[in-house]
Amino acid sequence: MSQAPVLELRGINKSFGPVQVLHDVTFSVYPGEVTALVGDNGAGKSTLVKCIGGIHPYDSGEYLFQGEPVHVSGPRDAAALGVEIVYQDLALCDNLDIVQNMFLGRERKRGLVLDEDTMEEMAAKTLAGLSVRTVKSLRQHVSSLSGGQRQTVAIAKAVLWNSKIVILDEPTAALGVAQTAQVLELVRRLADNGLAVVLISHNMNDVFAVSDRIAALYLGQMAAQVKTSEVTHSQVVELITAGRSGELGLKNGTVA
Amino acid sequence: MTTETLPEKQATESSAIGDSVRGYFDRVRGGDLGALPAVLGLIVLCAVFAVLRPVFLSSGNFANLFTQGAGVAIIAMGLIFVLLLGEIDLSAGYASGVCAAVLAVLLTNRGWPWYAAVLAAMLTGVIIGLVLGWLVAKAGIPSFVVTLAAFLGFQGLLLLLVKGGTNISIQDPTILAISNNNVTPILGWTFVAVCVLGYAGVQFFQMTRRRARGITTAAPAVIVLRVVALAVVLGVAMYFLNLERSRNAAIVSLRGMPIVVIVLVVALVLWTFVLTRTAYGRHLYAVGGNAEASRRAGINVDRIRVSAFVICSFMASIGGIIAASRANSVDPNTGGSNVLLYAVGAAVIGGTSLFGGKGRALDAILGGAVVAVIDNGMALMGYSSGVKYVVTGLVLLLAAGVDAVSRRRTAASGRR
Repeated sequence: MSQAPVLELRGINKSFGPVQVLHDVTFSVYPGEVTALVGDNGAGKSTLVKCIGGIHPYDSGEYLFQGEPVHVSGPRDAAALGVEIVYQDLALCDNLDIVQNMFLGRERKRGLVLDEDTMEEMAAKTLAGLSVRTVKSLRQHVSSLSGGQRQTVAIAKAVLWNSKIVILDEPTAALGVAQTAQVLELVRRLADNGLAVVLISHNMNDVFAVSDRIAALYLGQMAAQVKTSEVTHSQVVELITAGRSGELGLKNGTVA
Repeated sequence: MTTETLPEKQATESSAIGDSVRGYFDRVRGGDLGALPAVLGLIVLCAVFAVLRPVFLSSGNFANLFTQGAGVAIIAMGLIFVLLLGEIDLSAGYASGVCAAVLAVLLTNRGWPWYAAVLAAMLTGVIIGLVLGWLVAKAGIPSFVVTLAAFLGFQGLLLLLVKGGTNISIQDPTILAISNNNVTPILGWTFVAVCVLGYAGVQFFQMTRRRARGITTAAPAVIVLRVVALAVVLGVAMYFLNLERSRNAAIVSLRGMPIVVIVLVVALVLWTFVLTRTAYGRHLYAVGGNAEASRRAGINVDRIRVSAFVICSFMASIGGIIAASRANSVDPNTGGSNVLLYAVGAAVIGGTSLFGGKGRALDAILGGAVVAVIDNGMALMGYSSGVKYVVTGLVLLLAAGVDAVSRRRTAASGRR
């Protein structure tokens, strides 16, 4: 795990008018690893993710992708780099089927006509690659799927595009026990397939179950980014609630 | 109890048909009624009218149904695009009237050739759609208000165009032919053959291609059944249309398929293709289903909105031309009174949802047929316009009710 980070943010600042939401945030994401992004409500997790995804422009700082400085000024730029975000509301169309949802906005065409066969094949291959066997038919409408299955489709949609980084915004928040286990297993498999995964979660059990690294945000500052194996539950909780834990974290409310 | 063992091939064939039948019943039970209400309604209505007024079943009246219903069905087909987005266009009726008036003024008063006048009428429709679409998508005014204002405005515009209530008659033989002339029986049969062979070709081509790539596909038996069903329906219809329906065939013969049917079929094939086979059609459904998800998927939602209104008003212009051709004239009432409600009713009765995201071009034809049968049958029964309006209003309400109930049911059963 001594690989170079695929995504590296340095000294990112972001303000909404007079409110500074992110202070000099440094954040690294490694291929083949699950990086958990934790923090209390309002710590800036969503803002950071939206800066990565190009939805909010950041005020200052460096955005390095595979070691190269890049400029991301919109969702399209991020998608072109291979950064896909799965939002909490999943952004699926209930009245379309699984294949149609996975290719929404990026349909394969043969001339003017949609190439349904290729799309269905690619969708089937992607789902098989993620060892998803819970869906009956790829031509099922999304409205007939369970919460876990929808999450699976949303994740598969993000993976379909040879993406390098997949960011999941609280994927297990609305799921039951069995479905949570399914989705976490899928998250682990994504990383094992070589993708860099960022997992936003409030659930410490989930974080410790699948993540390799934990990045804790505290009031818009990166309190610490540590390996999961080197910290305990209570240390992470302290980082989230107080910004520091013993040697780890912020010194007196300033960046370490 | 003894059971005979079927030969293996036959067994798999019949189970394939059984599977698709079972799948259909599952869908219906889950609330996805599709074309069922419209088809059942058609059968019941035809049976009732046939018993009460045998003349309803005459081939002359059968041909009348097409010419009476075509305008409304065409406008309904355009409306479906707007309904798919969950919007409404209340001005489609008078938009068709305005386009018809443009046609009439240019043809009769200015002496333009028919093709130039038709193009101008269509262009008028496109411009109307652009304005309405811009007001809804860019200015952000609710479509109900925009098109209600347009409804009133176009009514006035129509009055101005026909100079305050005069009746502009149309003499151009090409325009008049659309609703009033028929194609020869031979041409009619050729048309049926082209339709059936074309449909069969597309279905089998698709099946073999999907088979070759190992993707699940409809069983050949099911496809054969569909093709045979289409051939039977079109064949029977064509047989009746080709019967002599003139009162005095020695003087003037009246037989064959009305030309307007070709317009209907071409529009049906074109818009079905656009909705089901192109990325644009896919995006229409997506925006109707979840506009925010579509926006995030990189779809230009505003452009889709504007385009739906453009298609709606464009189809209204075609409907206006058909209406002008049928009435041989344009007056301040063209496209007025019940035209819009009939068109909305046709779309909804056919199975298009008022909540957006669900609908097919075929819905306009099926629903349009129901509306035409009600209108025609009640006129044969000698009921007044008042009764006709009340009944059509009730049928529209019933269809919207079925839509709402089936929507609740699909939500409960997880379909849509």
